[in-house]
Amino acid sequence: MTHVSIQELTKVYPGADTPALDRLSLEIASGELTALLGPSGCGKTTTMKMIAGLLEPTSGDVRFDDRSILRDKPEHRGVVMVFQNYLLFPYMSVADNVGFGLKMRKTDPTEIKRRVSEMLDLVKLPDVGDRRPSALSGGQQQRIALARALIVQPEVLLLDEPLSNLDAHLRFEMRDLIRSLQQEMGITTIFVTHDQEEAVVLADRVALILDGQMKQYDRADAFYKRPVDEATARFFGGHNFIPGKSVGGTFDGPLGQLTLADGAVEGAGKLTFRPENVRVGQGDGNNLSARVADVIYLGTQTRLKLRVGETEIDAVVNPNEVEGFKPGDIVPIHLPPQTLWVIS
Amino acid sequence: MIGQDGLWTKTFRYITCLLLVTWLVLPLIPLAIWSVARGWFFPDILPRMWTLDAWRYALSDTSGVLDALWLTIGISLAATVLSILVGVPAGRALGMYKFKGKEVIELMILAPTIVPGIAVVLGVHTVFIYLGLTNTVHGVILVHLIPTLPYMTLVMAGIFSNYDPAFEAQARSLGASPLKTFWYVTLPAIMPGIIVGGLFAFLVSWSQYILTLLVGGGRVVTLPLLLFNFATSGRNDITGAIGMIYILPGILILTLTAKQLSGRSGAVGGFGRI
Repeated sequence: MTHVSIQELTKVYPGADTPALDRLSLEIASGELTALLGPSGCGKTTTMKMIAGLLEPTSGDVRFDDRSILRDKPEHRGVVMVFQNYLLFPYMSVADNVGFGLKMRKTDPTEIKRRVSEMLDLVKLPDVGDRRPSALSGGQQQRIALARALIVQPEVLLLDEPLSNLDAHLRFEMRDLIRSLQQEMGITTIFVTHDQEEAVVLADRVALILDGQMKQYDRADAFYKRPVDEATARFFGGHNFIPGKSVGGTFDGPLGQLTLADGAVEGAGKLTFRPENVRVGQGDGNNLSARVADVIYLGTQTRLKLRVGETEIDAVVNPNEVEGFKPGDIVPIHLPPQTLWVIS
Repeated sequence: MIGQDGLWTKTFRYITCLLLVTWLVLPLIPLAIWSVARGWFFPDILPRMWTLDAWRYALSDTSGVLDALWLTIGISLAATVLSILVGVPAGRALGMYKFKGKEVIELMILAPTIVPGIAVVLGVHTVFIYLGLTNTVHGVILVHLIPTLPYMTLVMAGIFSNYDPAFEAQARSLGASPLKTFWYVTLPAIMPGIIVGGLFAFLVSWSQYILTLLVGGGRVVTLPLLLFNFATSGRNDITGAIGMIYILPGILILTLTAKQLSGRSGAVGGFGRI
């Protein structure tokens, strides 16, 4: 169980004007599963490589249980990284791949054999030890890569886009496997991804990094309910941003006076709410009358483009609630106060 | 139409093979016959008498053939090992990284395959005299690196341009030291290149004449030098016997590595640049 502390970690590549990663600070509790989320080129892979010792930071520190590891060589850090393309050694059997880390630690061969078969059982591939990695499917290769990393019982496990290369049905299987193994072994785990869905389903906590800057570090639901700014909300699929002023629990803007829940930010700002929190029909407070601009049927959901005065509102609703709606209709909607959020 | 195309392709392939065999094997036949002939004159198709005298002489101590054989093997092996030691890191740099002046360096590496050896060796000779390397075996080994290194380096550059260094990062991350990473991860990946490049280096060194003659000063007598002596002295029978011995490694190597050399292996990719 290792507490990971990343302090003001910065990387400026030679010849670059702006840092690839700018003063990233994160406290990751021991045994926690944290996602570094951001679009490609945002600095998340740079962060992973610096933790793994494959890249030298420009400044800042990485501490495991309050001990700086930056001077340790990659092989002595207690960190194992699982790359996105698995990188199973093609010249070795699957069993030799899994046992590689133990062999490097000069573990007794019979002990290696025992633990390899134990590990293959854990990732539910007990019979593939003698095969070549190329004979396995992508999902199987990933499980072997995971087994190869976990067998050395690292203090910290780093995963690069662990679900990205998998089909939809394999993703959930893999998600459950990663979570259960990680919880069971209590390994502090950090993974990077560009896919917010991947971050949300897998991580305890998510750190959103945009352009080398950390925007928000929080539990996954907070990014939907309480995003720190517009860019963060947009990254998580937020669409509605309405300028105005928040005074004493009321938001004054183009939609008129809207009631806010307790604890809203005071002063000038933007009102934001999730498309899925817009309700059709009358409700308690914040009732509005909207004109339907477009109805987009998505199968399990329907997307409504609405207009209140000149203000556009995006709504995602249950298809049954809006049967028969067509562009030009005037419909009642309401915005529940607890779903409104003001960003400054 | 398709059948006709197939026929044309087949015929073409047949003719090409026939030409290659004619070109490569036919010249060797008289050599083989000479080595066992006693008197073979125009217009006879085959010699009148057969004898193993030339072979007996070639394999005796007095001819110096066996000494030359061992020396040539030693020099070629040493040149091969040195070529590998220099060519692998050089090929890695050329195949994997972009850097300033890379094109110039590539051209300079290729130069010995374009510029005639005799033009180079006169300058090298002066330097070697100054360094006291002339008339010595290690001087000859060193000068053989001039023609062997381009082959080794280019083969390795081809290998490394298809090589993913992330495998090394992965090995380090799993607890392997740099040395173990090289041994368990890098070496198996580049082995086909080392084998093919090494064989080329060996054969190129094996066939050196001018460089050996000038730098060795006639004191380092390798097989091609000996062969040349007998060939110019008109002893066709002994020339034939030594010639047979001389081409042996080439044939052995070709047979053993036919698979590596056929286009399927990535090891020959680097030759696209020659």
